Amino acid sequence: MMKRKALDLWAGLFVAMGLGALLFLALKVGNLASFSAAETYLVTANFDNIGGLKKRAPVKSAGVVVGRVEDIAFDTSIYEATVTLAIDKRYLFPKDTSVKILTAGLLGEQYVGLSAGGDTVKLKDGDKFKLTQSAVVLENLISQFLFSKAADGDKGGK
Amino acid sequence: MIDFFERLGGRALGSVHRLGFACRFLILTLRNSGMCLRRFSLVTREIYSAGVLSLIIILVSGLFVGMVLGLQGYDTLERYGSSSALGVLVALSLVRELGPVVSGLLFASRAGSAITAEVGLMKATEQLAAMEMMAVDPIARVIAPRFWAGVISMPLLAAMFSGMGVFGGYLVGVRLIGVDEGSFWSQMQAAVDFREDILNGVIKSLVFGIAVTWIAVFEGYDAPPTAEGVSGATTRTVVTSSLSILALDFMLTAFMFRGV
Amino acid sequence: MPTKPATDNLVEIDNVSFGYDKRLVLKGASLDIRRGQVVAIMGLSGCGKTTLLRLIGGSLRPNRGEVRVGGRVVSRLNHEELYALRRRMGMLFQFGALFTDMSCYENVAFQMREHTDMPQELIDDLVLMKLQAVGLRGAHALMPSELSGGMARRVALARTTALDPMLIMYDEPLTGLDPVSMGVIGQLIRRLNDSLGATSIIVTHDVAEALELVDYVFFMSEGVIIAQGTPDELRASDEPFVHQFVYGETDGHLPFHYPAEDYATDLRAAEARGTP
Repeated sequence: MMKRKALDLWAGLFVAMGLGALLFLALKVGNLASFSAAETYLVTANFDNIGGLKKRAPVKSAGVVVGRVEDIAFDTSIYEATVTLAIDKRYLFPKDTSVKILTAGLLGEQYVGLSAGGDTVKLKDGDKFKLTQSAVVLENLISQFLFSKAADGDKGGK
Repeated sequence: MIDFFERLGGRALGSVHRLGFACRFLILTLRNSGMCLRRFSLVTREIYSAGVLSLIIILVSGLFVGMVLGLQGYDTLERYGSSSALGVLVALSLVRELGPVVSGLLFASRAGSAITAEVGLMKATEQLAAMEMMAVDPIARVIAPRFWAGVISMPLLAAMFSGMGVFGGYLVGVRLIGVDEGSFWSQMQAAVDFREDILNGVIKSLVFGIAVTWIAVFEGYDAPPTAEGVSGATTRTVVTSSLSILALDFMLTAFMFRGV
Repeated sequence: MPTKPATDNLVEIDNVSFGYDKRLVLKGASLDIRRGQVVAIMGLSGCGKTTLLRLIGGSLRPNRGEVRVGGRVVSRLNHEELYALRRRMGMLFQFGALFTDMSCYENVAFQMREHTDMPQELIDDLVLMKLQAVGLRGAHALMPSELSGGMARRVALARTTALDPMLIMYDEPLTGLDPVSMGVIGQLIRRLNDSLGATSIIVTHDVAEALELVDYVFFMSEGVIIAQGTPDELRASDEPFVHQFVYGETDGHLPFHYPAEDYATDLRAAEARGTP
């Protein structure tokens, strides 16, 4: 009988350790603690170009994570990308908040940046951001740069 | 030439037959699992032999794999000046791949072979037949508890392996080499997603647990009741379950690939 | 289903045939076993004795014929009925088949725990009583690996009789034991049968020992019953097979060779194939 108790104890300890390891992975290794169970509201925004933005990318304002990219779709009526953002209910933003797609570092992952405006009316579920700025595509930037250089060269030649 | 095709056909038919038999066996096991719920102490005992006895090998291997990842990862990342991403590299490779796969392989050779040998020996010494003559269904009393214990133990072992590995990477990366502790953890947390990475890893380990224990109990139950039969079955358990872990890993990874 | 009128027979085997694949092990064997008797089924190794026990226990189904226990046809019972019947049967396997991961105590208590809701104190009493009956109460805490062959067989006997079965089957209970243990087991079989009021079937090829303790004997050869009678009748029998078997003579009616081609033909064929 004593032996069976010891067995049960060990098995219980084992399960507890396993669950502890799972918890460690979820909280310390993963980002479950930083953003998960909080309630959110959905706001959409249209972009000409979203670059490499992915689902579940962070939405940040002043560097603080306030939400996640919920969905990315292509709107064939206006030929633009429609990005749905899930924003934490605790953070309300003015109606004239502008949205940008930014890159963490030079080659890092892309995220959505919000800069609050001055409107007194706050955004609510289902609203749409009016002011958007697309992702900076490196190739476009370079070709623009070369093009303007070439144009400069032409002017200098005249 | 015809002889060759004949043999090939025979082998193929044989394998299909065996697979069908194994599937029927699994269904029978699941249907006879009621007793495990009513008397959970049966499962507890088997969790001890499948889980607790595999603990040492899992924890030690996890630590070493993590430490190696720390060293190798640092070596590579340093060339691109991004050694602060070491945490990301260690955590992602462990949680998504190495944790479930390596602990699954270790589980197959430690616990899987033990289950096959035990069940095979019980069959060879007529213990299963005796149980049946005592009006106790051996599938409900012997097979099902072992099956469920394996299925429960495997994800927990994989989680412990990954946790230990992250700790090993931390030891080498932060304590030994001197990567900044803050960026090690914060970059890791920013990059590791709960659903995409951790949950998918747990699902993988659960699937591996089902596969390994299923193979192990089936091989044991199906083993010829002789000494050679049991030892052959034990070897087959390790080989078959290792191969199926790797094949399943590919399928699951392809299925879970971002963009689902 | 023909429920036979109450007879004195507990087990009736009626023209039963059984085979694996194409090789028939039993070829229409018939025998009746009377209630309360200790019966031996004897024959050479591989003549289908153990198969007969498995048919009675319901783990095999006959290809033809019927096996009836207590008037009911075993092969027609459904799962629940078969298990209910098996609770009233006990079977002692050749090497005891004790559960190696349990102590002697737990082995004997196994059926009580599985099939009854007896309180722990009652199980304690019963287990020690059963072990006392086979003289091994002092060994209740030992594991099966710590027992000698004879002791393991005795613990298995205690386990077999744990729920006071009406029918006890013994598969080679005397094989591989020293003469003293053999005598002990033989006596125990007789005593347990009489004290429980049970019926016992012993499958064996230890003729001399078996003839000492049983009431009735069936001789089997090549899948059929070829002789039967009380031990005294058989000792006096002048049938060549029975005589040869009872007195253990090597020369006689029973073939030493497995059926084969003529030896000389075989040798010539091997030579022609070029095998050494």
